[in-house]
Amino acid sequence: MKYYDKLIFELSKEGRTGYTLPENGIAEYSIKDIPSDLGRAQEAELPEVSELDVARHYTNVSNMNFGVETGFYPLGSCTMKYNPKINDEISGLPAFTSLHPFQSEDSIQGALEVYYNLAKSLSEISGLAEYTLNPYAGSHGELVGLMIMRQYHMKRGDTKRTKVIVPDSAHGTNPASAAVCGLEIVEVKSNDKGTINVADLEPLLDDTIAGIMMTNPNTLGIFETEILEIAKLVHDAGGLLYYDGANLNPLLGKCRPGDMGFDIMHINLHKTFSTPHGGGGPGSGPVGVCAKLVDYLPNPRVKKDDDRFYLENGENSLGSISSFLGNFSVYLRAYVYILTLGKEKLKYVGPLATLNANYIKESLKDYYYLPIEGLCKHEFVFDGLLDKSTGVTTLDVAKRLLDYGFHAPTIYFPLLFHQSIMIEPVETESLDTLDSFIEIMKKVAIEAKEDPETVKNAPYSTPVRRLDETTAAKKPLIKYKD
Amino acid sequence: MLDKISLSKMDDLFADVPESVVLKKDYDLPSAMSEIEIRNYFEKLGEKNKKLTVFAGAGYYDHYAPSAINALISRSEFLTAYTPYQPEIAQGTLRYIFEYQSMICELTGMDCTNASMYDGSTATAEAMFMAVASAKKKNTVLISQTVNPATIRVVKTYAKYKGINVVEIAEKDGCTDKADMINKLSSGDVAGVIVSSLNYYGIIEDYAGYADAIHEAKALFIVNADPSALAVLKTPAEWGADIACGDGQTLGIPLNFGGAYVGFLACKKDLVRKLPGRIAGATTDVDGKRAFVLTLQAREQHIRREKANSNICSNQSLMALYVTIYLSLMGKSGLKKVNELSYSGAHYLYEQLLATGKFSPVFDKPFLKEFAVKTTLDIEALEKKLEENGILGGVRLGKEKKGMENCLLFCVTEKRSKEEIDHLIALIKEV
Repeated sequence: MKYYDKLIFELSKEGRTGYTLPENGIAEYSIKDIPSDLGRAQEAELPEVSELDVARHYTNVSNMNFGVETGFYPLGSCTMKYNPKINDEISGLPAFTSLHPFQSEDSIQGALEVYYNLAKSLSEISGLAEYTLNPYAGSHGELVGLMIMRQYHMKRGDTKRTKVIVPDSAHGTNPASAAVCGLEIVEVKSNDKGTINVADLEPLLDDTIAGIMMTNPNTLGIFETEILEIAKLVHDAGGLLYYDGANLNPLLGKCRPGDMGFDIMHINLHKTFSTPHGGGGPGSGPVGVCAKLVDYLPNPRVKKDDDRFYLENGENSLGSISSFLGNFSVYLRAYVYILTLGKEKLKYVGPLATLNANYIKESLKDYYYLPIEGLCKHEFVFDGLLDKSTGVTTLDVAKRLLDYGFHAPTIYFPLLFHQSIMIEPVETESLDTLDSFIEIMKKVAIEAKEDPETVKNAPYSTPVRRLDETTAAKKPLIKYKD
Repeated sequence: MLDKISLSKMDDLFADVPESVVLKKDYDLPSAMSEIEIRNYFEKLGEKNKKLTVFAGAGYYDHYAPSAINALISRSEFLTAYTPYQPEIAQGTLRYIFEYQSMICELTGMDCTNASMYDGSTATAEAMFMAVASAKKKNTVLISQTVNPATIRVVKTYAKYKGINVVEIAEKDGCTDKADMINKLSSGDVAGVIVSSLNYYGIIEDYAGYADAIHEAKALFIVNADPSALAVLKTPAEWGADIACGDGQTLGIPLNFGGAYVGFLACKKDLVRKLPGRIAGATTDVDGKRAFVLTLQAREQHIRREKANSNICSNQSLMALYVTIYLSLMGKSGLKKVNELSYSGAHYLYEQLLATGKFSPVFDKPFLKEFAVKTTLDIEALEKKLEENGILGGVRLGKEKKGMENCLLFCVTEKRSKEEIDHLIALIKEV
């Protein structure tokens, strides 16, 4: 990784271009005929650069980024697995990239088949009846899932169910999605094991509760062992169970949210099904539902009649949440991933991810404080260093890891602990990689004791060092001309 | 490894899972495929699709994309990174987001923008949320019927669950009916007004006087714009808009069967704290080096949780990079050239269609690359004929608009040559 300080605007030289376009030989019509009061007064100051300028600039810019192929990326809750190249190759085939949404159904049968088959595969993997692939991202899927929950109650005329129960350990998106969906949040506390007590949940359940949002394993990587009791209670009270698929990875091959009693769930394809994170998107957040909720799925839906696929808009649907069928170029990759692994290998994803997480946890618990002993699933949380006397914080540990060529784990989340370090190693990493990470984590813990100042001022070897975030927020400079 | 965890077998890793939910069978899925089999399988699937020469738009445009874009965004440092939580090793992502923000502000004329949204329809829904959050106790948003119907549907879905009242402004001769808007503004409950430029019919609407009327009613003016056309058309800022939003697909993103695209959302300075999503800002590191960081995060869901104005977590980062590289390569002259070629091609097709005697004008309004025409032909027969010859013709307006059953919406971009247009006309003459 190497520092590089240019912005594309700073490379601009008047008259340079980086494109070629043919003339169309049509001289009789000119854009100058547009009435001048409809035209822009000043031209947009876009850069004027050559293709080489652009290629070199973005190559240099990319060299300041750490990706999964740069090194180990144990970012908790993000499932940073390797993204096989074949997925990108297939997604880039002109037979798919060139398709216009308004082509006739006869001319898009291959694309609709991808949609239908992937949705069926996700149903099989999660134990739910039907999927929509229309949501654009995990957060979008969450919102759509909650809309389904509301639509179900509204269609039954049960209009007073306007509250949703969210554990205090949940991702910030859960309460935010609920609020955007017009639901009031009721928080349920987690116990000292990080899971939900049936006894704490019971008094919250009444006829105003639309449902509950849960992840299982939860954000601490702990399996909710009372899930069946929770499901029964919520269902008996007339509510629905929503499963946040952020933590689906460890369950592959071992258990299915549908079998645990969940009615609605979203899947982050960019986590569990290996579509690239892209620096923050595009993702894809398919939503699956149990049989009684399929009519509420968003429009349009892809259906099959004999061997022909077609689009359908349902009357009871919650409506449209995307302009068409979602991020096709993304979920096509997930379909390739599922076919590549097949039933023979997909079933090892969960166990191997779980094995890797437990291995790291047990290897490091003499150096970092493990607040919850026992089995974890795909991830676990340390509450900072075991020895906190030197004042070295979780932030310092994270920054020091960067010097050693590792991406930092997720830090300061979940909020249940003050110094959370959330580690998720994923199944695609080898024992060698895990061991080298463990060794460096130990080394940092020792450094923290012997030479705390070094750790507190890390990183040193990254393209830039610690940033002045306060000034950035106080005097925002958010574009070139600011 | 199991020894380290003090377990004897792999199944013990799931000892905490209730026995009754442990999966006791293999998935009912196909067997694993090798790369050769994968390639063969998808080649066959691809053959079930038809690659057509596109004369359709209606929200999805077949623009040219320079080759360098895909090569550059495929670099794994961009493609496989997560959202920039550790800025010291994510300066690549943060730097291009800053460039993206700069370019979106240039195109729209706005002061601020975020790091991108999922697509144009959801960006418009978020613009609606911004308007309602900015207004005190007002809960109605007006949307013109000339906005793309797919966008209106998404806006209405978001509004329904959040409890916002969405009222359509009537269209008149293919444009927003200003008198109807002014009438509806008088209710006193309007927080925002959404119009589009270019509109659904491809028309360049004249929004003179809109900002004054809307601001007088203490509402926000939201313009959903085609960013490609903003190289030549009056910007949302020049119309006096408070918020600009739209889909970046027209900036060279492949059709991709409807996604992945990228939405943009930009606003005036005083609204920045209502802006959802990520924002990158410039700063320095401890050594004084220029650097970039996510900023103004107090607006976002991971801090505000249920009090956040939006649930968006990240952005459409790689597609933001895509349009940033596109705009760099096309630059000042290229984007104008795209519009010039689209304009002349579209007007040529329009006149040629009328000259067949089988088509007549629907509106008498200025357009850029897309236009509506009425036909005396059997539309199904026409579509069939064109598809057999590898062409996607105009989009049927009757599917969205009552009384327009005989109307088609054609689009011509810089990718269409005169020969292709002439070929289309020749085929139409045979119908």
